[in-house]
Amino acid sequence: MTDATVNEARFRLFLDRVRRSTLPRRLYKHRLFMTGLILFAIVLAMAFLAPLIAPHAPNQNNFRYRLGEPNATHWLGTDNFGRDVLSRVIYGSQVSLRIGFLVVVMNAVFGTLIGASAGYFRRLDNPIMRVMDGLMAFPAILLAIALAATLGPSEFNAVLALTVAYAPRTARIVRASVLVVREMDYVQAALASGAGHIRILFRHVLVNSMAPLLVQLTFIFAVAVLAEAVLSFIGVGPPPPTPTWGNIISEGRNYIREAPWISLFPGIAIAFTVLGLNLLGDGLRDVLDPRMKVETR
Amino acid sequence: MLRYLVYRLLSAIPVLIVVSLVTFLIIFLVPGDPAAEIAGPGASGDEIRRIRDSLGLNRPFHEQMISYYTRLSQGDLGRSILLNRGVTEAMIERAPVTLSLAAAGLFMAIFVGMTLGVIAAVRQNTLTDQAAMSFALFGLSIPDFWFGLVMIYIFAVWLGWLPTGGFIPIEQSFTGWLRSMAMPALALGLTQTGLIARITRATMLEVLRQDYVRTARAKGMPEWVVIGRHALANTLIPVVTVIGLIVGILLGGSLVIEQVFSLPGVGRLIIGAILRRDFPVIQGGLLLTASIFVMVNICVDIAYAYLDPRVRYD
Repeated sequence: MTDATVNEARFRLFLDRVRRSTLPRRLYKHRLFMTGLILFAIVLAMAFLAPLIAPHAPNQNNFRYRLGEPNATHWLGTDNFGRDVLSRVIYGSQVSLRIGFLVVVMNAVFGTLIGASAGYFRRLDNPIMRVMDGLMAFPAILLAIALAATLGPSEFNAVLALTVAYAPRTARIVRASVLVVREMDYVQAALASGAGHIRILFRHVLVNSMAPLLVQLTFIFAVAVLAEAVLSFIGVGPPPPTPTWGNIISEGRNYIREAPWISLFPGIAIAFTVLGLNLLGDGLRDVLDPRMKVETR
Repeated sequence: MLRYLVYRLLSAIPVLIVVSLVTFLIIFLVPGDPAAEIAGPGASGDEIRRIRDSLGLNRPFHEQMISYYTRLSQGDLGRSILLNRGVTEAMIERAPVTLSLAAAGLFMAIFVGMTLGVIAAVRQNTLTDQAAMSFALFGLSIPDFWFGLVMIYIFAVWLGWLPTGGFIPIEQSFTGWLRSMAMPALALGLTQTGLIARITRATMLEVLRQDYVRTARAKGMPEWVVIGRHALANTLIPVVTVIGLIVGILLGGSLVIEQVFSLPGVGRLIIGAILRRDFPVIQGGLLLTASIFVMVNICVDIAYAYLDPRVRYD
């Protein structure tokens, strides 16, 4: 390894350290990121504190108050079984966020492994990416619906279906980053110093390809929340009586004339969550990966 | 250009092979016996056997695969168990509804999205810009099927201006078609409107900083000519690229929107098949939608090469 290469690698590491040390401050100063963070934190708090803040049990029937308008007892009204809509929306956040989070984790694991293998090992690139192209040829939501329906309606199967539908997109982004990082001098230096491919891949390449992945995962979270709502709305998500935002909207659809509030509020909750995640993603992208920036301000 | 065209068509072959394989294999993901699952809980042994025979599930795997590809090569997508008719036939019959919905959604997304994006870029950092971009962000965050329901409540139930659902063919009545398509197209196009608005704005801002735009202004050209003729033409390229992606999302989105507005299209057929486990229709729907998506992307790539002379594919 030449002195110039060592110096360049040191300089890069120094720059990277500086960048990371100022990251929280830059994120804190980013208006959109902070707005997104606050919105998402509210939804997260709602999910975690559901048993404490929900005024009623989510599946408690009360036929006397069937299709009741919003009032002092039931702030967001009641549904066709007399169940409190507010409590169901609050509990619904648990399912939506859990599915969204699990899809993100599965995407992070499988999308990264597939994308990194394709980007780093040249021989694997073509076969892996052709399969990914094939999977991406299906509209993601159609593939997810078909898989979820085939496997049977459950929370786990919804996660699995959404992972298969969205992991190829994550893999493509990881592959693109890895292709760039692979050619960096410090990777060549590590190779020359005798480091193994797996070690290089995990210790040098992937660590330096994280920014676009992180941004992508934030958007995947948003898309997963929306897609889960679609799966539940169609009837292939977690089955009732488990309250999910999608199945509450679906149930309310039949009573849109008499009780529009049943479908209205879970939709607002979805929009609120997805808006928060989109703002978080925009903020992260602006700060971590300004080349991808779509100017929003 | 011709070489590129041939290359692009050839590169679609491996993608279509993967698509057809996934479509073929999906039935094997059914837990347990697919025939029993399709027949339902109360089905008799005879009925299960009949379904197994009709789907060819009792034959060896390789025979099923050969038969599947033989049928595909003849344009035969199989026979629907529930409709008791050819899947290809059923899809073709419903295609006009889905295509007109997707086209209306795409038109709405491009027209409104580009207008918003251009206005936001021209009035950068003003209240108009912020309002346009906030609208775009909201569009990206709102579930389209829910937005459809909200519109049904406002425009059909409350104001009574539009029908709650159903489809009127354009050849029967243009105004009827427009009335039946207005809300579904708005709901379907909303998300994509946000996406196009953001991309248009970003590209337009970049283009407006180019030397040739400054030159055009220095020559004293009116602003609308600078924007409309010089800047907008170059903004089209990324928008055209994104159209390929959008078509896929619209085809997927139309599934749910058709359900919400009771439109008798391919999406509703597929959803009905999914809920009642009519696998030939599910497989046919998946294959057809993915193939359309692949073909649209080829067209987009060719349009890209045509629109941007800097791209030298030859």
